[in-house]
Amino acid sequence: MKKEILAFGIAREIFGSSCISTEMQEGATVADLRTTLEAQFPRLRALASYMIAGDDEYAALDRKLDSLKEIAIIPPVSGG
Amino acid sequence: MVDIKMSQHPLNPRECVDWIMDSECGGIDLFIGRVRSETLGNKVVQLEFESYEQMAVKELKLITDHVIATWSVQKVLVHHRLGVLRVGDIPVIIAVSAEHRDAAFDACRYIIDTLKRTVPIWKKEIYEDGEVWVAAHP
Repeated sequence: MKKEILAFGIAREIFGSSCISTEMQEGATVADLRTTLEAQFPRLRALASYMIAGDDEYAALDRKLDSLKEIAIIPPVSGG
Repeated sequence: MVDIKMSQHPLNPRECVDWIMDSECGGIDLFIGRVRSETLGNKVVQLEFESYEQMAVKELKLITDHVIATWSVQKVLVHHRLGVLRVGDIPVIIAVSAEHRDAAFDACRYIIDTLKRTVPIWKKEIYEDGEVWVAAHP
């Protein structure tokens, strides 16, 4: 299945775009997505941390991607 | 009552104080963040804030829900600025009114500390000789 990933902050710069499209297997999880993204964009591994959000909420590693309408990569936040 | 706002326009402390004062409270705590002229010896030219706005508002709502469930507070305000800011500009205003000061102080502190950890807002610091996404790297 094809999934679009929104990117913000430094993740947007690493992707070179505010939205990329990636092919994932049926039943793939957030952990699988991280592995795929890190292989494609090794600079992600140099970040202090990053999270994946699904439908506007932080998603656990075992969360399946299938049911998520909107997926985003959340690099370390720095508001305030 | 809760007032959450993300804005591309300058924040207005006076407006926030007026809103928070309009209640039967014994104490108000107000936190105003301000852009410093220097970070770790680097001279700051400007800051650029961006957010994943729909999620940021949702996360701020989680924070204010927790505040209301935990402390005896009357009004809670969180305004965050987005876009380009310069030295002296205000990126964030937090205000809490409560019957007693302890609740106002504790809730205000909790909001800014949690905002900095969980709300999807990012700032890039632009220096005279470079730029950096704050907190991105260890």
